[in-house]
Amino acid sequence: MADQQEILSGLAEIVNEETGLDPAEVQMDKSFTDDLDIDSLSMMTIVVNAEEKFGVRIPDDEVKNLTTVGDAVTFIQNNQG
Amino acid sequence: MLLEGKKLLVTGVLMDSSIAFHVAKIAQEQGAEVVLTSFGRTMKITSAIARRLPQTPPIIELDVTSPDDLAALPDRVREHVPHLDGVLHSIGFAPPGAFNFMEAGWEDVATAVHVSAYSLAALAKAALPLMSAGGSVVGLTFDARFAWPVYDWMGVAKAAFESTNRYLARDLGPKGIRCNIVAAGPIRTTAAKSIPGFERFEQEWGTRAPLGWDVGDALPTARACAALLSDWFPATTGEMVHVDGGFHAMGV
Ligand SMILES: NC(=O)c1ccc[n+]([C@@H]2O[C@H](COP(=O)([O-])OP(=O)(O)OC[C@H]3O[C@@H](n4cnc5c(N)ncnc54)[C@H](O)[C@@H]3O)[C@@H](O)[C@H]2O)c1
Repeated sequence: MADQQEILSGLAEIVNEETGLDPAEVQMDKSFTDDLDIDSLSMMTIVVNAEEKFGVRIPDDEVKNLTTVGDAVTFIQNNQG
Repeated sequence: MLLEGKKLLVTGVLMDSSIAFHVAKIAQEQGAEVVLTSFGRTMKITSAIARRLPQTPPIIELDVTSPDDLAALPDRVREHVPHLDGVLHSIGFAPPGAFNFMEAGWEDVATAVHVSAYSLAALAKAALPLMSAGGSVVGLTFDARFAWPVYDWMGVAKAAFESTNRYLARDLGPKGIRCNIVAAGPIRTTAAKSIPGFERFEQEWGTRAPLGWDVGDALPTARACAALLSDWFPATTGEMVHVDGGFHAMGV
């Protein structure tokens, strides 16, 4: 099972693939929309790829609670299969 | 198997909540070979979701409002399968402004009608060179014979969609191709959740439908689509089949 650091770097890779953002920018306290400028379609892409990479299910209703990168990392860490 | 050897074009797979995802899944389970479509930025999402099907199908580019994509459709399909036995139209979109009936401007309404209604004829026409007698075109509607508390110009677009189905049935019937639509009850998908007030359907549907209704279950709808794509409705065309728990038949 992936630890917090591994999840963060895996997520940063996915964000980089989708948006071209430098993975170093993807830090725990960054907001997906306000800081990283990620729109809803990109967010869907990131979520779907994260589900595949980490073997988790991130329900649509949960996605709106994932404001920061840290929220996503924590959710993935707590729900890994 | 219901769809043994059938070659099907399935549009509209976005997420694994998409109705089309469940149709593609059942179709594969029932022996069909499936080709998906997606377009633009949604292509990446569809590609990831396609890997969750029993067999990962090929995906071709199709924005149903793009004349170029429509013209290229037969060649793009032929890269994967030589012909088509069936086409699923599972496409709907209206700009947010279309969901306010009294305020909506023509541009928003025009987009809704273009993507959600005219596209059925455009898609059928584009796929026609690949189809022959016994072929089947199936679409999805939300019963547009009524005014709903929400839905607004999307409802008007769906009325046009349902009428388009009847004219298609008229014009493709002589070629032996059937055109039918499934009027589904509310299902929690990306498109549905973008409709302001969609929850109002969710609550009431299950209590009024004699069979009950689960907004989280696309399977009954997908099965009906698979049945209409199969050889088991050989003399049915221009029809609208309700898969809504019986909601449409009740007065109150
Ligand atoms: N969800 C419901 O409650 C419900 C009920 C009855 C009927 N329907 C109908 O079912 C169909 C599928 O919707 P869904 O609920 O599965 O939602 P969905 O959001 O999963 O699917 C809608 C699809 O339309 C596609 N699309 C939008 N614009 C397009 C374009 N220009 N070119 C090509 N594709 C385009 C999207 O990419 C997406 O795959 C729609 O026609 C919808 O109106 C839905």
